[in-house]
Amino acid sequence: MARVTFNEDLCKGCKLCVAVCPKKIVKIAEDRINNKGYHPATVEEMDKCIGCAFCAMMCPDVVIEVEK
Amino acid sequence: MKGNEAIAEAAIQAGCRYFFGYPITPQNEIPAYMAKRLPQVGGTFIQAESEISAINMVYGAAGAGARVMTSSSSPGISLKQEGISYIAGAELPCLIVNIVRGGPGLGGIQPAQSDYFQAVKGGGHGDYRLVVLAPSTIQEVVDLVQEGFDIADRYRNPVMILGDGMLGQMMEPVEFGKRKPAELPPKEWATAGWKGDRPRAVINSLFIDPQALEDHVKKIYKKYKAIRINETRAECFNCEDAEIIVAAYGTTARIVRSVIEIASKEGIKVGLIRPITLWPFPAETIRSWAEKDHVKAVLTVEMSMGQMAEDVTLAVGGRKPSLFYGRTGGMVPAPLEILAEIKKIREGALK
Amino acid sequence: MKKVFKRPESLTDKPMHYCPGCTHGIVHRLVAEALDELNIRQDTIGVAPVGCAVFAYDYFNCDMQEAAHGRAPAVATGIKRVHPDKVVFTYQGDGDLASIGAAEIVHAANRGEKITAIFINNAIYGMTGGQMAPTTLLDQVTATSPYGRKAETEGYPIRISEMLSTLEGAAYIERVSVHDIKHINHAKKAIRKAFEYQLQGRGFTMVEVLSTCPTNWGLTPLESLKWLKDNMIPYYPLGVKREVE
Ligand SMILES: Cc1ncc(C[n+]2csc(CCOP(=O)(O)OP(=O)(O)O)c2C)c(N)n1
Ligand code: SF4
Repeated sequence: MARVTFNEDLCKGCKLCVAVCPKKIVKIAEDRINNKGYHPATVEEMDKCIGCAFCAMMCPDVVIEVEK
Repeated sequence: MKGNEAIAEAAIQAGCRYFFGYPITPQNEIPAYMAKRLPQVGGTFIQAESEISAINMVYGAAGAGARVMTSSSSPGISLKQEGISYIAGAELPCLIVNIVRGGPGLGGIQPAQSDYFQAVKGGGHGDYRLVVLAPSTIQEVVDLVQEGFDIADRYRNPVMILGDGMLGQMMEPVEFGKRKPAELPPKEWATAGWKGDRPRAVINSLFIDPQALEDHVKKIYKKYKAIRINETRAECFNCEDAEIIVAAYGTTARIVRSVIEIASKEGIKVGLIRPITLWPFPAETIRSWAEKDHVKAVLTVEMSMGQMAEDVTLAVGGRKPSLFYGRTGGMVPAPLEILAEIKKIREGALK
Repeated sequence: MKKVFKRPESLTDKPMHYCPGCTHGIVHRLVAEALDELNIRQDTIGVAPVGCAVFAYDYFNCDMQEAAHGRAPAVATGIKRVHPDKVVFTYQGDGDLASIGAAEIVHAANRGEKITAIFINNAIYGMTGGQMAPTTLLDQVTATSPYGRKAETEGYPIRISEMLSTLEGAAYIERVSVHDIKHINHAKKAIRKAFEYQLQGRGFTMVEVLSTCPTNWGLTPLESLKWLKDNMIPYYPLGVKREVE
């Protein structure tokens, strides 16, 4: 059991987290924009998250928190 | 004691424990003295790789809460201008000594006063002021070093002592500790690390939002207004019934004193106004004497091509003729040269 | 569930202004994590540069000073001499450290100042719009090397870490990269080690971090990581350049 939380308003949509996720569950939310004007990164299939924190480690803006 | 050594010892007595400098004539006695004395009192001396580094070490140490100084001479002071502007912008206190030599360029190594503009009109970029102190005796050097540090701390602004090679090399007896240190609040704004709760300290001169920068500069200018009111200083000598008033500072003022003596023997009444603070400039003092009926003309004498003369002329404000006599490049005006100038002016004015 | 990754306390809450995907943010976080782990946040004084990291004083949650362009090592020297018991670090770009501030870094290292320099090598001037840096690679096109950098007229890219590692005052110098997780983890260890060396009073320490500038390289953030790996690492070999036991 693991969970990632995105502080969406800090996200700049750079997609580094998308590329680094070994489970390929981080996606860009094309349906919304944050208050910076970016489509933020998000995870929908949370049950697949293994809590490796790769996304968080790769994120230049410290958007992501990881629980396990 | 030699003027340069007196500066160094006075700084130590004033509690300065950090000195950062780079060799340049004619101020080399100051760093040499500091290199010897500071370790004895638990202080730090660094011969930096350049004046640029030295002034930035001053920035760091001042921001860290220390009483700190640097000294140099004209070309080195030019290099320090970047740092001085940052120090003023970040509101840090420090003492900068300029033992002026002739310029421009590499110039010479003999005494001069040709860095007046650089010292009092800015030198570095941006809206700021240095408090500029101009001693004319070694005792005054000692007193003004103590006072300079206190003014710097009180207003959180850099202070400059503007001397010249003559003053630096001259020997005179001095007494330390005549000027009592000021009582100053602790430097809670300094980056010193902390225990418990306090907002973190940030030393900075960047204000990217123009409104914030204008507010910041206006706040600094409020201090400058207070400095003008509280710290402006000048000595007036023999002005009471003088026909000609000479305005001169530092070494030149000493020479003018002998001119006054010789002149009085010849029945010529000459007075001296000696600005002790070049900024804030004692314009009011000059104006009030220029107004007097007995004063026929004001003569500024400098070891330059006429720099303070511009401020004197502004202060005289057309009330009387404002004239200039100077030597430059390291040439020192002799009393008789100045007297001859005074006589010429007097004849013209009395005609 | 317990938190396995969260914002380090040594970063403030202020959102960082860096361009999307710029690795400055990663390095900020690594420095902050190292300060947290060593529990030295309140005993640390940082010095921000002039460059894209100019606002670092808003991001690091410790006492900070903002220095003039290239002068951070001199400012850090002043601070460290006043507070020898505190940890003092500079955070500088390659224009700042390798060009205008070349004298300051060389002599701080040579004096063995017990400070840590975090040196961001992104082979370009970011903040001013992508001009050539001393670290710009040969043939790399920048705003001021529009035909590509040529050795004959612009010289070769400077390997600062190798240069400084010839100095006796330097205690620890390592070049790291942040282009993938493995290297990020290692970069963090190197930064932490530099701070530890400083705490032990061993001498000057520096970690050179190969970094990206997607905006001025004209690449996406992801392409930038690959460009770093393929082009920078061969010229700027990773690893410890100097370590004094
Ligand atoms: C004395 C001075 N010269 C030039 C500048 C303009 N300037 C600001 S940032 C910068 C380049 C910074 O590049 P770098 O150090 O590589 O950092 P980056 O922006 O890439 O992180 C320059 C030249 C300045 N602020 N001060
Ligand atoms: S310009 Fe380059 S170095 Fe600067 S924030 Fe943007 S991507 Fe980063």
